[in-house]
Amino acid sequence: MAHFDAPIKLRSGAELPAYDIAYETYGELNAARSNAVLVCHALNASHHVAGVYANEPGNLGWWDNLVGPGKPLDTRRFFVLGSNYLGSCFGSTGPASVNPASGKPWGADFPVVTVEDWVESQARLADRLGIERFAAVIGGSLGAMQGLQWTLSYPQRVRHSLVIAAAPRLTPQNIAFNEVARQAIMTDPDFHGGHYYEKGVVPTRGLRIARMIGHITYLSGEAMSEKFGRLLRRKSLGFDFDIDFEIESYLRYQGDKFSTYFDANTYLRITKALDYFDPAGDFGGNLASALARARAAFLVVSFKSDWRFPPSCSRELVRALLDNRRIVSYLEIDAPGGHDAFLLEDPRYHAALRAYFANIDL
Amino acid sequence: MTGQEQALLAARPDFVAIAHWVTPGARVLDLGCGDGSLLRYLWQAREAPGYGVEIDDDSVIACVANDVNVLQVDLESGLSLFADASFDCVILSQTLQAVHHTEGILREMVRVGREAIVSFPNFGHWNARMQVALGRMPVSASLPYEWYETPNVHHCTISDFEDLCRRLDIRIRERLVLHEGKPVTLLPNFLGSLAVYRCTAG
Repeated sequence: MAHFDAPIKLRSGAELPAYDIAYETYGELNAARSNAVLVCHALNASHHVAGVYANEPGNLGWWDNLVGPGKPLDTRRFFVLGSNYLGSCFGSTGPASVNPASGKPWGADFPVVTVEDWVESQARLADRLGIERFAAVIGGSLGAMQGLQWTLSYPQRVRHSLVIAAAPRLTPQNIAFNEVARQAIMTDPDFHGGHYYEKGVVPTRGLRIARMIGHITYLSGEAMSEKFGRLLRRKSLGFDFDIDFEIESYLRYQGDKFSTYFDANTYLRITKALDYFDPAGDFGGNLASALARARAAFLVVSFKSDWRFPPSCSRELVRALLDNRRIVSYLEIDAPGGHDAFLLEDPRYHAALRAYFANIDL
Repeated sequence: MTGQEQALLAARPDFVAIAHWVTPGARVLDLGCGDGSLLRYLWQAREAPGYGVEIDDDSVIACVANDVNVLQVDLESGLSLFADASFDCVILSQTLQAVHHTEGILREMVRVGREAIVSFPNFGHWNARMQVALGRMPVSASLPYEWYETPNVHHCTISDFEDLCRRLDIRIRERLVLHEGKPVTLLPNFLGSLAVYRCTAG
């Protein structure tokens, strides 16, 4: 955990007087400090990227299949940093943290944070750890947006950006999904305008529904059919509204699980950060102009079955990078996993990442 | 030159011809780039930076391993990723015969590149003609596939290609016809097994 006393000015204009950033590292920073790789997490993950804790053998890091000794992002060669974003509920300062001004949890008063703000806070963490320049920044989905923003906020501090299952901006359909999720949370009677901590309740119903919607969009129709088909959970149709199908059971299970560990105020803010991310916004919608200041080399990866952030979004990014004559490679992997494919161990995907990392000079 | 490079150039004599036409430092786009060998060669021989376009998964991974910029998109759907005249040179080396939308690709090449370089096995070579005359689909060093396993869909002869260029208003600037790596000047459509062209928009 790193504590920062210098205030951070946010894109919204709000300011956090002081904050904590939770982080984990793997491997060793070399003498030249040239082997650091920042791993940016997406919506519901944390700084716990790889491995398990001694006292929690079941708590495997969210990208453990990619990061570790001998893995595609090899921690024998690279110093890997996972940092938890501001506004999270996994250790960094967020809505459930105590607001020093009131002595009570921030709740609804915690500001809306953006991808730009996260990069700013990560840069301060990098300063603290003595990392002037990252060999690479990597992330999937919202994590990839941070990786892209890094190349714009700090062009000289990123040598390679691996942008996986990402979009340079959300489509209206994506914003629509996020809005439904937010409405589910905010209309839960236990939400109390975001000040539910002091009431001793949690808007679990809203969180459950938000997570169920999310899950539907992270899986491809094909993956869902393969995994569940129309399998019944009970012997025959019940002609009532209890669980008939396996997919219903799965969604309820995922929703229940999520609502026990995730914070509703965090969920609202993360979906807003997704909605607001649009580097081209300040350039009249011209992405190529927005990316003109990037200096990194890029590896862009999309998955054909991803309909949440479809390949067309990644191709838009690639085109803008080509327009700027940036070094870029693009992989469009025919994996069935939908948006979640970036977390799975497709052999082609991992072979490409392994090859890419192996070619990064230290 | 390493032994590996010599072996590569022996296997792909068109690479030498292509490199000869690529000016040092030129921005190159190689369509159907395979494992990126040509781009690597052009970088070493001409310091020409480039990108490859390739659809096959294994080839794309090989490009990444070879430190060659590669874009995994389907050539057949056009070159919409690339702006007009954004490359000095667009190369289609021994891929023309495997492309479905032949006209579309050629038009796109002269749109995206100031120059296009195209190489293909010449179906008019005497050996191919003879095999067809004897009632067989030709199989040779430059046409190494049996009919039932070939990726090739649009074979052409030197005369056919030049007719198509005329029809598409593509101007042929230079032509090199080879057989077993050596230039052929006499009866090229009969004695040449490999043709290499440098073209521009008409």
